[in-house]
Amino acid sequence: MENNKIQVIVIGAGPSGCASAITLARAGKKVLLIERGDNAGDKNMFGGAIFTQQTKELYPNFIEEAPIERAIIQHQIIMLNDNDSIKFSYKTNSNEIPNSYSVIRSKWDNWCVEQAIKAGAYFAPKTLVKELIIENGKVIGIKTEQENYYSDIVIIADGVNSLLAKQAGLRNEIKDSDVTVNIKEVFKLPKEKIEDRFLLDSANGAGAKILGGPLKNMFSMGFLYTNKETISLGIGISLDDLKKLKMKPYDLFEKFKSHPSIASIIKDAKIIEYSSHMIPEGGYNSMPKLYKDGVMVVGDAAMLVNNVHFEGTNLAMLSGKLAAETAVVAINKQDFSSKNLSLYGKKLKESIVIKDLKTHKNSVDFVKKHINTITELYPDLACEFFRVLHNASNEPKNEVYRKFLFRILKSGVIFKSIPLGIFAMEKCIKR
Amino acid sequence: MNINEKLSTLKYNKDKESHLTVDNEICKQCNDRVCTHICPADVYEWSEETDSLIIRYENCLECGACKIACDKKNIKWRYPSCEHGVKFKNG
Ligand SMILES: Cc1cc2nc3c(=O)[nH]c(=O)nc-3n(C[C@H](O)[C@H](O)[C@H](O)COP(=O)(O)OP(=O)(O)OC[C@H]3O[C@@H](n4cnc5c(N)ncnc54)[C@H](O)[C@@H]3O)c2cc1C
Ligand code: SF4
Ligand code: SF4
Repeated sequence: MENNKIQVIVIGAGPSGCASAITLARAGKKVLLIERGDNAGDKNMFGGAIFTQQTKELYPNFIEEAPIERAIIQHQIIMLNDNDSIKFSYKTNSNEIPNSYSVIRSKWDNWCVEQAIKAGAYFAPKTLVKELIIENGKVIGIKTEQENYYSDIVIIADGVNSLLAKQAGLRNEIKDSDVTVNIKEVFKLPKEKIEDRFLLDSANGAGAKILGGPLKNMFSMGFLYTNKETISLGIGISLDDLKKLKMKPYDLFEKFKSHPSIASIIKDAKIIEYSSHMIPEGGYNSMPKLYKDGVMVVGDAAMLVNNVHFEGTNLAMLSGKLAAETAVVAINKQDFSSKNLSLYGKKLKESIVIKDLKTHKNSVDFVKKHINTITELYPDLACEFFRVLHNASNEPKNEVYRKFLFRILKSGVIFKSIPLGIFAMEKCIKR
Repeated sequence: MNINEKLSTLKYNKDKESHLTVDNEICKQCNDRVCTHICPADVYEWSEETDSLIIRYENCLECGACKIACDKKNIKWRYPSCEHGVKFKNG
């Protein structure tokens, strides 16, 4: 690197930054990928599972070569009420390639960086970018704790907190309603026990979303993923609800874990790690400006998460790739102006990233408005339904049915479900 | 399991100085001291004795929630210097 000058600097070696770096390196451009952790992944935590489609586009052999944990072939939704639970479980037994795989970030992120290095990218770990160097409104480089580096383009891929997108003037302060605080614990269990508990065969895994019970009446959800020899279990709660809760997030998590249906999943399992991380949940309306002279912002730093489908890493990879493709065009033209980088905005708009965020533009607000119906009424009635169905008491059945029907009518669930139905229909037809 | 036991599962390398700083005069005027109950690592505690905010920055998980939660925008928040702070093995 001459005089610390390179064509592109990518800040952050998560899914989005790695996607940018490998795409640029493959196109023969000189790129420096910078990460503050001692190793990539050291500072990161997610659910989680990566998605096959977008991952394969970047790393065609990842299924054979990458450190993946389990193929997620079973998807569950678990609804809790105060004591009981109801579970929807979908399992695919087809021979198609599974559409997601659980991974551990410290291993996964590292592997992605290795691929970028093999493709020709330079990698600088243990390097914290303190600020951008901006000259006449154009981003021309970065300051680290050690030295300054200069580049034609900087790609900001520094995750949800993105202090740098803010410094660049691309985004404002984040609102507390636009993020969830997530905590996770990883439980060690023998492989066979995991497979028995989820009725899996080896190599295959399960993922679950959990709502209601201890998490009722707040924008909060539990999540679970099986890894090779561990189970990742966590909860997320929107920061504005957490502020109102007046309960520490880890106490809420303890309450959640003590629900009988959750306790049985992690019975006898030893906690090996506790962690926390935020998710940007503000969606389309919270997106920052995506580019300006000499700079583009990708992944979580640009708030690109589809919180209805729990998609983050795939949108991070896709946006990282599209920004890199734009950088290649800019380098070939030697034009790094905002006008020329607007190609990145155009590419994002034409991709699922913006299309899906737009579809779900008002979804979080909608769910928040109907949170009691979704997280309390539905789980209660669903549990009640099964109790009625299976309770062989001495009461005549028509009497039992009548009571349940009365309960349904009294709860107003039919009336309360109309907006949800209309909302779902809208998502199908609106373009 | 209490928070100290949870945090004891983690690997930390304590930074020389705090990456989290506040103006204590503003904290004195703060009503609900939201930082003391939203933090997943229990970093903040109000001390009646010294009339000041105790910041156990060495326990921080670097999530960023406190910076957004403080309505007075009183938390000067940055990442710990490189090679410091928390390290997740199973994220
Ligand atoms: C609890 C939880 C569960 C999730 N579950 C899923 C899931 O199952 N599937 C899914 O697809 N997505 C999931 N997500 C979302 C997903 O993790 C993110 O969308 C994704 O990691 C974003 O990638 P990124 O590269 O943009 O940012 P990040 O992964 O956050 O990477 C940013 C990187 O930048 C580095 N960095 C930051 N600042 C600096 C700096 N100043 N200098 C140098 N380096 C810096 C960080 O150390 C980090 O490595 C989940 C998230 C959470 C929190
Ligand atoms: S919420 Fe902000 S102002 Fe209030 S005590 Fe905490 S840091 Fe100080
Ligand atoms: S960044 Fe997160 S863990 Fe650290 S002090 Fe703030 S809220 Fe607590």
